[in-house]
Amino acid sequence: MAAVQDGQMELDAEKETKPEILSDGTSNLSGNTASGTLSSSPLTAAPAGGAPKMEDQQTLIAVLQFLKRNKLTDSVEILRREAGLGEDQEDSQATDGSGGGKGDVDGGDANSLLSRVSITSAAAPQSMPVKRADDQPDVSVVLSAYSQQGDPSLYQVYYSGLKNFIESVLDCHRAELSQLFYPLFVHMYLELVYNNHENEAKAFFEKFSGDQECYYQDDLRVLCGLTKKEHLKGNEVLLDFRTSRFVLRISRDSYQLLKRHLQERHNNQIWNIIQEHLYIDIFDGMPRSKSQIDSMSGSLAGEGRRELNKAKVFHGLLKEPEIEVPLDDEDDEAENEEGKPKKKKTKKDSLGSKSKKQDPNAPQQNRIPLPELKDSDKLDKIMYMKESTKRIRLGPENLPSICFYTLLNAYQGLTAVDFTDDSSLLAGGFADSTVRVWSVTPKKLRKVKSAADLNMIDKESDDVLERIMDEKTASESKILYGHSGPVYGVSFSPDRNYLLSSSEDGTVRLWSLLTFTCLVGYKGHNYPVWDTQFSPFGYYFVSGGHDRVARLWATDHYQPLRIFAGHLADVTCTCTRFHPNSNYVATGSTDRTIRLWDVLNGNCVRIFTGHKGPIHSLAFSPNGKFLASGSTDGRVLLWDIGHGLMIGELKGHTDTIYSLKFSRDGEILASGSMDNTVRLWNSMKAFDEVETDDFTATTGHIHLPDNSQELLLGTYHSKSTPVTHLHFTRRNLLLAAGAYNSQ
Amino acid sequence: MKSKVGYLEREERRFAEVPRESIKLMAESTGVELSEEVAALLAEDVCYRLREATQNSSQFMRHAKRRKLSVEDFNRALRWSNTETVCGYGAQDALPFRPLKEGELFFVEDREINLVELALATNIPKGCAETMVRGRAGTGSIMPTAVQSLSEDLLKYYQQITRAILGEDPHLMKVALLDLQSNSKIAALLPYFVYVISGVKSVSHDLDQLNRLLHMVKSLVQNPYLYLGSYVRSLVSSVMYCILEPLAASINPLNDHWTLRDYAALLLSHIFWTHGDLVSGLYHQILLSLQKVLSDPVRPLCSHYGAVVGLHALGWKAVERVLYPHLPAYWANLQAVLDDYSVSNAQVKADGHKVYGAILVAVERLLKMKALSLTLAAGGGSAGLPGTTTGAVGFRENSPGLSPPPEPLSEPPLGIASHLQAGGAGCQWEEWTPVSLPAMYCELYSFFGDSLAVRFSTDPPLGGAPSSRSCQPLEGRKEPASGAPNLENTRKMPQLTASMNISPRQDGSPRMEPQPPSLAATVPGRSLARSSSSSSSVSRSRSSSSRPGRSTSQSRDIFPKARFPLPQAGPPAFSFIIGGRQMGRRCQGRRFQTSFTPTPPLNTLPPRAYAHKLPVIGRVSKPVRRWTCSHYSLHLPL
Repeated sequence: MAAVQDGQMELDAEKETKPEILSDGTSNLSGNTASGTLSSSPLTAAPAGGAPKMEDQQTLIAVLQFLKRNKLTDSVEILRREAGLGEDQEDSQATDGSGGGKGDVDGGDANSLLSRVSITSAAAPQSMPVKRADDQPDVSVVLSAYSQQGDPSLYQVYYSGLKNFIESVLDCHRAELSQLFYPLFVHMYLELVYNNHENEAKAFFEKFSGDQECYYQDDLRVLCGLTKKEHLKGNEVLLDFRTSRFVLRISRDSYQLLKRHLQERHNNQIWNIIQEHLYIDIFDGMPRSKSQIDSMSGSLAGEGRRELNKAKVFHGLLKEPEIEVPLDDEDDEAENEEGKPKKKKTKKDSLGSKSKKQDPNAPQQNRIPLPELKDSDKLDKIMYMKESTKRIRLGPENLPSICFYTLLNAYQGLTAVDFTDDSSLLAGGFADSTVRVWSVTPKKLRKVKSAADLNMIDKESDDVLERIMDEKTASESKILYGHSGPVYGVSFSPDRNYLLSSSEDGTVRLWSLLTFTCLVGYKGHNYPVWDTQFSPFGYYFVSGGHDRVARLWATDHYQPLRIFAGHLADVTCTCTRFHPNSNYVATGSTDRTIRLWDVLNGNCVRIFTGHKGPIHSLAFSPNGKFLASGSTDGRVLLWDIGHGLMIGELKGHTDTIYSLKFSRDGEILASGSMDNTVRLWNSMKAFDEVETDDFTATTGHIHLPDNSQELLLGTYHSKSTPVTHLHFTRRNLLLAAGAYNSQ
Repeated sequence: MKSKVGYLEREERRFAEVPRESIKLMAESTGVELSEEVAALLAEDVCYRLREATQNSSQFMRHAKRRKLSVEDFNRALRWSNTETVCGYGAQDALPFRPLKEGELFFVEDREINLVELALATNIPKGCAETMVRGRAGTGSIMPTAVQSLSEDLLKYYQQITRAILGEDPHLMKVALLDLQSNSKIAALLPYFVYVISGVKSVSHDLDQLNRLLHMVKSLVQNPYLYLGSYVRSLVSSVMYCILEPLAASINPLNDHWTLRDYAALLLSHIFWTHGDLVSGLYHQILLSLQKVLSDPVRPLCSHYGAVVGLHALGWKAVERVLYPHLPAYWANLQAVLDDYSVSNAQVKADGHKVYGAILVAVERLLKMKALSLTLAAGGGSAGLPGTTTGAVGFRENSPGLSPPPEPLSEPPLGIASHLQAGGAGCQWEEWTPVSLPAMYCELYSFFGDSLAVRFSTDPPLGGAPSSRSCQPLEGRKEPASGAPNLENTRKMPQLTASMNISPRQDGSPRMEPQPPSLAATVPGRSLARSSSSSSSVSRSRSSSSRPGRSTSQSRDIFPKARFPLPQAGPPAFSFIIGGRQMGRRCQGRRFQTSFTPTPPLNTLPPRAYAHKLPVIGRVSKPVRRWTCSHYSLHLPL
C-alpha cells in the first residue's frame, strides 16, 4: 500500500503548491481578457484563508532540515539567508523532535521531520488560531498523531470512567456528551494501535465498539481491521480521521460539566485527546436533544462548524439577459387570432418584471465572468421561454407523467446518464469505457462533413448550417471511444455542442457533438474522476474525483482554474453540481458531508452534515435557495443554503439514491434509486413548513418534523431497472433513465 | 496468491483469514523457506491488505451503480494502489467457489477448455444485441419494455417450464404453473409462451396437452407482473379454439372434451374480465365468433355446445344478446336431432342433449339474473348487489323487496325465511311478472317446457313440489320423448334413468352454477323430497368422483326415501334424466325433472301441510340466511 501513501504525499504536495496553480491560472487567463473569463475576477484571496506566519516558518524549518539531511549544504545556506532564519532557531527545533522520529523506520525522513514540526506547533496551541486549517488540514497533525501515550492498560478504565460519568449526568446533557464517545473511542483505539499495544487495542475495541452509534458501523469495520502500526500508514479512512479534527457541537453547560469532571479525575489522557483531536464548538443556550444531534451527526469528521456556515451565500438567480423575444413569430400557428395579443402582453410583462427586479440575494451579474450569449444561445433561450409558457403547473394533485427510457442490452454496465436540457439527446457512460449518445427525437445524429467536402459548400447560403451536415452519417446513436476506464460521469453542454465525460482513467474528456470526436482530454485528477458537470452557462465545468478534490475548469484551459480541496479529511468527491447562478459548486463526498464552494475564491462556504452514508446525488432547487442530497442510506435531505440549515428529511427509498431532480418550478422533487423506484416528493410543502425563526437560524438547531409520508406524493416502480438519471423536460414531463437489469 | 489460497473462517475472528500454512506453502512453491514467525506476520498482513483492497474496491462498485462487487472492481482497487492485478478472472458472472470437504479448501472451478472442440464448433455464438434506448411513458407506473433477446438464464427457464408443463409429471407441472403465475421476471418470455400456447391447433387430438396449455394460459393471465398487451388477442384465439373447434379428440366419444370446453369457456371469461380492456372491441369480436358458430348448422354439436358455454361464461347479458334471439332458429335443428331415435343417431343425439343441457343452464341463469336485476331495481338495491337496472319495468307489486310475493302459494310456514323468495319469486313468475321477463320466460318455456319451470320456480314452493305432483301426468305427456332416449343411452350413461317415483333432475356443467357447497352437501344426505329442485347442486357434489353406477342408484335411493308417504300414496310422479353423460372425472349427467308444473293455484293447501311438518323433522332453515335474496334461493336449501 505504499502507493497509497505516495498518493497522499503527492496530494499534500499539491496542496502546498495550490496557490501557485491558481496564480498560474490567472496568468493564463490574463492573456484572455477579451473572452470574458474568470481572469477579470480578483484572484488574490488565497484559498488557504490566510495561513499564519508561524506555519510558514515551520514549513521552512522543515525544508531546511530536509535539505540538511540530504547534505545539500549550499541550498541550506541560500534558503536560510533568504528566509532570514537563525541557525539556533532551527537547531533547537531539531533537537526537540529527535526523540520522536527514531522509531519510524519506514516513515522516512520527511515523516519524522514533520512530526517534529508538529510537536513545536503543539507546544504553542494558543498561538494557533482555531479557525486556521478548517479546510486545510493541519499537516503536522497528520503524521505525528498519537506520539504521547499513557498506560495502555488504563485506557479501558479511562473510557469506562467517562462513560459512567456521561451516563450519570442529567438527561439534557447526556445526549450532547454522548457525542464524545465515538471520536474518543476511535482516537484511543488508534493510539493503542499506534503504540504497538495490539492486544490492549483489541480488547478495547471488543469492549466498547458495541456502544457506538449504528451509523458508524462502516467506519468501525475498517477500524477493527487495523491492528498494527504499519496498517495506519496508507489507510485512507484513518488518515482522514487523524488529519481533521472531529467537530462536536456542545452547549456551554455540558462542556463545563465535562471539563469539571475531567479535571477532578485528573483524566489527562482523555483531556489530551479532546484538546488535540477534537474541536468542540461551544454554543450558549439549551442543550440539544438526542434527535437533533442525530440528525446532524454521522459524518466522518463530526458536524460542520457553525462559523463555517456563516459566510454569506448569494443564492439568488442571475438576472435573465434581456432578449427581444420575437413572440409573434410563427410559434402560434395553433393559437387563435384573438387570443394572441393578450398572451403576448402577459408574457412580456412577466419577463419585464423579472428582469428588472434584482434579487437581493443574487450575486453581482459579473461576479464571475460568464461567456457572452451567442446568437444560437439566444435562439435557444427563446425556445426555452416558449416551451415554458406551455409548462404544466405541477402540484400534489397534478403529478407529472413519467417517461422511462430503458437502456436495453446494456451488458457493458451503464454507469451514468445525462439528458440535454431540451430533452433531445441522451448520453450514457458505460463501464466498457465507451460513451454513447442517442437521439431520443426522430431527428437523427449527423456528423459534420469532412474538411474537403466543407470546402465545396457555399458559405454564404442561408442554410449553411444544414449543409455542413453529412446526411450519410445519420444514425440514431453514436459511440464515442477514447477513455480507458469506466465512464462515471457525463454531462451535456447547455448549447448541446459538447459533451463531457469523466472516467476511471483520471481524465475528463470533452467531445464535440458535431464531429463526434474527442476535442480535449483534461488531465489533472490523479485518480478516477467520479463526476463532472457543465456550468448552466456553459464554458466552465467542475469535476470531482477519488483524489478528494473537486476542480473547476474552463473548456479552453488545460489546467484547472480552481481546486476545491477540503473533502480532504475525506475520501472522495462523488458528485458535483453547479448552482443555478454558476457562482457556487456543491460537492458530496464519501465522508458523508456536502460542501458548497465559492467559484470566485475557492472557499468552502457551507458544510452540511447529517447523511449517514456516502452521498451520491445532489440537486439545487431552480430558485437556488435549496439543495437536496441523496445518499446510500436511502434518505434524501433538504438544505436551506442561505441559512445553512438542514430543513427536511425524506425517508422512503430502500437503496442508494442515484438521481435527484427538482421540477422546473421546484414544486416537486423526484428521486430515483437503486431500488428500482422513482419517488415524487412535495418539496414545496417541505420548504414551506420549515420555521426559520432567528433562533434556529443562529444556532442551527433545527427540529425536523417526521413527515416523509405526508410529503411522499407517489412511488413508481420499474421492472428491475435501477433509476440512474432523472430529468424534467421544459414542460415538466419527468424523464427517467436506467438500464434493464435482467438478473 | 493465485487461485488456491485457503480461507479459513474462525468463529472468534471477524474476517476470513489466510492461515500461515497457506503462506508457507506459497513461499515454498516459489522456493523460499519461511520461519513460523515470518509466516504468521505475513499471513496477518496479507489478510489486512486483502481487506483493505476489498474496502477500496467497493468504491468502484458503488460508482458503477451495481450491487455486486466484480473482479474488475477489485482489480481497479489493486491497480490504483500500484499492486499487481489478478489476471484471468475477469468474468462478468459470479465465479462459483467450490469447497473441498477434506481440506476446508475453497477454490474457483477452473475447467479445462478443449480448444480444438471450441474452434471446430458449428454453433457460432451470436453477438449480443445492440445497446439501445427505449422510452415508455406512463403516469401510473413505469413499465420498461422487455429485452428483445433472451438472456441465457431466461432461455433455460423457458425450456424448463415448457418441458415441465407439457411433460408427464403432474407434480412438476403444478410447480411450473405456480411459478409461471408468480414470476415477475418473465416479461421477456411472454411472446414465446404465447407462441407455445398457439400450438393448441397442432395438438387438438390430445386432450391432456390441450388442458395443460389452457392451464398455462391461466397462469400467464393470473401473473400480476405480466403486461399482456396485444398478446391477449392471441391468447383469446387459442382459448376460443379449444371452446369452439371440433377437436380431433372429440371424435372418440370416450374423450371428455366437454370438460375442456367448459374450462376453456371459464378461462375465456376470466381473460375477458381481467384483461378485456387491453384490446378494444374484444367483447364484440368474441360474441361475433360465438354467434357465427352457433348459427352455422354445419358445425358439429360440440362446437355449438362450446358456443353456448362460452356465451354462458361471458355472462347472462351475452346469453340474452346472442343465444336468446337465436334460439328459435337453433331449436328446430336441435329438436330434429333429439327426436331422431335411430341407433345411428345415438351419438349425435347424446351430443344434442349435451347442448340442450347447456342451453338450459344458460337460459335459466339468464332468467334468474334478469329477475334479480329487476328485483334489485325495484327493491332499491336492498340486496346490496350492484344490480343491473335494466328492466325496472314496474315490478311494483313485488317491490317490498324482502317480502315474498303476495300470493297464496308461497309457504311462509315452511320456515324458509320469507326473504328467500324475494329473489326467486314463485312458480307464479309468469302470472304476475311484467312484460319483458315474462315474455322471455314464456318463449323459453315453450322450448323447454317444465324443465325450465323446475329450475326457475321451484324453490319457494318447496312444499309445493309434492303438491304439484298431482298434476304431473300433465307434463308427462310432454317429456317422455326425452325420457325414452335416456333409456337408450344408458349404455354410455348409466345414470340416465327414468324413475316413476320422482323427478330429480341434474344438470351438467355444474361450474356454471356456483353452488353453495354446504347446500350441496346436505342434499344427498338428507334426501328431501324436494331435492328435485336442488338438482344441480346434487349433481355437483356427487359428480366429482362417484359417478358411474352410483348416481343412478342414488337417485333411486334418495328420492324414495325422501318421499313423504303422502305423495307415494298419491299419483305417481314422473321423473327422468335426460341428456346426462358420463365422460370422465368431471362430467356429470344432467337430470331433468318433469314433475313440477307452474300450476299453483290448485295446491295451496298441501304445501302448507308439509311446511308444517318440516320444522318437526328438523331440517329446516339453517342455510337460509346465506342465500338471502340471491338467485340461489331457487335451490332448495335444506
